Amino acid sequence: MSEYRIQGATGDWEVVIGLEVHAQVVSKSKLFSGSATAFGAEPNSQVSLVDAAMPGMLPVLNKECIRQAVRTGLAINAPINKWSRFDRKNYFYADLPQGYQISQLYHPLVGEGEIEVSLDEKNPEAVKTIGIERIHVEQDAGKLMHDQHPTMSYVDLNRSGVALMEIVSKPDMRSPAEAGAYLRKLRTILRYVGSCDGNMEEGSMRADVNVSVRKPGDEFGTRTETKNVNSVRFVMAVVEQEARRQVDLIEDGGKVVQETRLYDPDKNETRSMRSKEDAHDYRYFPDPDLLPLVLEDAFLEECRASLPELPDAKRARYEGPLGLSAYNANALTAEVETAMAFEELLASVASASGKSEADVAKRVANWLLSERAGVLSANNVLASDPKNSLEANTALVVAAESGAISGSKAKEIFALYLTGDIDLAKEIEANQQTSDTGAIDTAIAKILADNADKVEQYKGGKEALFGFFVGQTMKAMQGKANPGVVNELLKKALG
Amino acid sequence: MTDVTELGVAAIREGVAKGEFSAVEVAEAFNANVAAAQQALNAFIVPTPEKAIEAAQAVDAARAAGKPLGKMAGVPIGMKDLFATRGIQTTAASHILEGFKPEYESTVSQKLWDAGAGMLGKLNLDQFAMGSSNETSYFGNVISPWRRNDGGNAALAPGGSSGGSSAAVAARLAPAATGTDTGGSIRQPAAFTGISGIKPTYGRCSRWGVVAFASSLDQAGPMARDVRDCAIMLEAMAGFDPKDSTSLDMPVPAWEAGLSGDLKGKKVGIPREYRLDGMDEEVAKSWDQGIAWLKDAGAEIVEISLPHTKYALPTYYIIAPAEASSNLARYDGVRYGLRDLPDGAGLQDMYAATRAAGFGPEVKRRILIGTYVLSAGFYDAYYTQAQKVRALISRDFKEAWAHCDVILAPTTPSASFALGEKSADPLEMYLNDVFSVPASLAGLPAMSVPAGLNSEGLPLGLQIIGKPFDEQGVLNAGLAIESRAGFTAKPEKWW
Repeated sequence: MSEYRIQGATGDWEVVIGLEVHAQVVSKSKLFSGSATAFGAEPNSQVSLVDAAMPGMLPVLNKECIRQAVRTGLAINAPINKWSRFDRKNYFYADLPQGYQISQLYHPLVGEGEIEVSLDEKNPEAVKTIGIERIHVEQDAGKLMHDQHPTMSYVDLNRSGVALMEIVSKPDMRSPAEAGAYLRKLRTILRYVGSCDGNMEEGSMRADVNVSVRKPGDEFGTRTETKNVNSVRFVMAVVEQEARRQVDLIEDGGKVVQETRLYDPDKNETRSMRSKEDAHDYRYFPDPDLLPLVLEDAFLEECRASLPELPDAKRARYEGPLGLSAYNANALTAEVETAMAFEELLASVASASGKSEADVAKRVANWLLSERAGVLSANNVLASDPKNSLEANTALVVAAESGAISGSKAKEIFALYLTGDIDLAKEIEANQQTSDTGAIDTAIAKILADNADKVEQYKGGKEALFGFFVGQTMKAMQGKANPGVVNELLKKALG
Repeated sequence: MTDVTELGVAAIREGVAKGEFSAVEVAEAFNANVAAAQQALNAFIVPTPEKAIEAAQAVDAARAAGKPLGKMAGVPIGMKDLFATRGIQTTAASHILEGFKPEYESTVSQKLWDAGAGMLGKLNLDQFAMGSSNETSYFGNVISPWRRNDGGNAALAPGGSSGGSSAAVAARLAPAATGTDTGGSIRQPAAFTGISGIKPTYGRCSRWGVVAFASSLDQAGPMARDVRDCAIMLEAMAGFDPKDSTSLDMPVPAWEAGLSGDLKGKKVGIPREYRLDGMDEEVAKSWDQGIAWLKDAGAEIVEISLPHTKYALPTYYIIAPAEASSNLARYDGVRYGLRDLPDGAGLQDMYAATRAAGFGPEVKRRILIGTYVLSAGFYDAYYTQAQKVRALISRDFKEAWAHCDVILAPTTPSASFALGEKSADPLEMYLNDVFSVPASLAGLPAMSVPAGLNSEGLPLGLQIIGKPFDEQGVLNAGLAIESRAGFTAKPEKWW
């Protein structure tokens, strides 16, 4: 449990956080029209008659969006409501052509679920379960552009009608770190499921941050809602700033008012947008243009069957059967692409070396997370570079795994291969390390003879000198000696 | 040569097919009638004689080439100006949409053009289909071609909201016209002008491209001189449309071929609750006459009870405005239609100015009512309650179907009234819908057929309400009345 506390003049305060995350559904077309959903298209180039709310136009539900939301619900272990319904949320704004947003207030698609978040990546025991109240499906609005004309605003309706999942958490978070961990974990799950690309910079995932403060053990305080926060860092900053502001306000004799606020990242502060008094009356009612959404068991089964292995299950498998450290298992599963790359290379190396996946998992994990990652970044090569191929990676890891070359040699060869024009197989062949004990013994004998003084010191207790002898031997062997064999023979020679 | 403007849909189609006259001759004759009556009746907002000719030429060419002709081949019709027509101003009789020319064609109008019909013009209506006398149009009142036989020249209401449609068909400006019915907007004007009109089961005709009033009630249908013409035209208009989520995915029956005025073995329900205290004696008499006719056609007459009838009108006047308040939010001056941007005005000022100038008083009244019943604190007392009552009204009908096949009732509580007579009191105006609204709330097919003239020489209509999807039963009962009523009266030409 987190012990995050805000120190106030009157003592410690606890912050209570709930997040409403809007996640743009991955689908080719919008929730109720056939328009495309690609990001960054020319303004108003992806707008159908329905999206522009022309007279007499009617919404027709895109089943793919529902499929994605159902899969997401299943991924957070939530019940799927086989009967749900769309409601109209009525309000006027220039980016809302219909004058209402089609959403689901009364009967959402997905019920209560939960996700487990890790609070300390070094400590696998530090986990917390965050409840999810519901997931419902709704339309996104368009976008206003205020910088196109001195006195007028322009409207871009490309985003108008794009499907969103609104994922509403329970007020279960108690610190900025928990809020950040929840958002990251949610993003990971969505990306595994493939229902949202999680791209916060492009706005495909944004959060409304509900914050209140209380003295530990008291009732919930009055909350504020900071809208449309678009990065994990900003969400954490909002919690911190808003909690501090509320504590200061209360301790100065003021009262927190229930209101909508905006976050200004430049000033790192939240500002009031509108208070409860001038809040909209959205006049929700069932959309008469749409029939209730009724889902068949076969559809739900198909959704369930299409789910990939999810991050928690994957991590457990990596730590258990594959025997990876908790740290590595976490690192490999945080991004779905990393996990995919790991499993692909793992399968390839296991098959090429004739060993089980469990036998080679550690080496593959280390190669991916530290050795290869280091080489790529040191040489400014992108992971997507065609030379960073499955074949090349497999060849190098298999060679290292079999002891044919050393781990450090593998890195060197990989760097040469990425930046130069070498034949990988020949290079590995040429750098085969030797386990020829005769040759190594000869080298060791010469080194010990040449460094009699150091041998004395070593035998006198300066054991750190062992590394010196290893280095000298490796040098004499031109880096091609098997380090394990060198170690063993040196120990024997030094008595 | 025959005056083709005295002919209906079936006769025109047959005459064109047989070469008795050309489609162009028909279009020219009706175009002339439209032009001659425009000043006096104001039935059209925009006449489109060139469209009528163009479609007629295509039919004549197809016939000359020996190609198969459509269900409506050579029949020029009036199009209620609630249907979007590509390139032709579509206003819903409002100032806010004045000058709006859609780039799309409504599904229903497209189906009619595909069936060989041509467009004489866009018909006047109550603004956004809100009204029962066609006095709320921004483009002026429609004057009924009918006059009382008292020698006075009082301008009478053609009914509403499809008042342009009813006036045009009754005055021989068009052999048929489209209407839309939300709470009686096809049946009441048909009754007032001595013509036939059917509102099919909710979902039969696509709402795509029809300016929305109340989505859960709006339904298009034909208005024509007789039952057969209604059957022909409804066949052309109906059909599943994937662009409308509330569209019925059912084949369109061959209603015309299935017409039969023989009601042997059928039971006709007479709802006790429709016999109101202080009911207009002549209306009561015509109802009794209708009962006698249906008995004569072989039907068994049974008394039934629809106990929640008295709640239908208040229920309707909660649900319809609630949906309308939301449906009309899109007319905001941002993307199309009227924009009133006072000097130095911001977004909110623009909304206020645009909507104040763009909507008429009745539309504003209903937006206010709808906004009120959906607002926080009132929603449950009004909207939720109304939905419950709506379910009870539907249940009344379901229970009635255990005892009868169709229901016979008056269409309206009185014959047409003089313009201005009821427009000062909205509640009195709303009472006009008392017999038509229950079938709308239950989504049932219902039609009005002329029953005769009252002592003032004005038409009275009888209403037949049917089971869901049983338009055939409704049309057949209508035909049984029609063949016995022998209604041949038409307004004496004074324009």
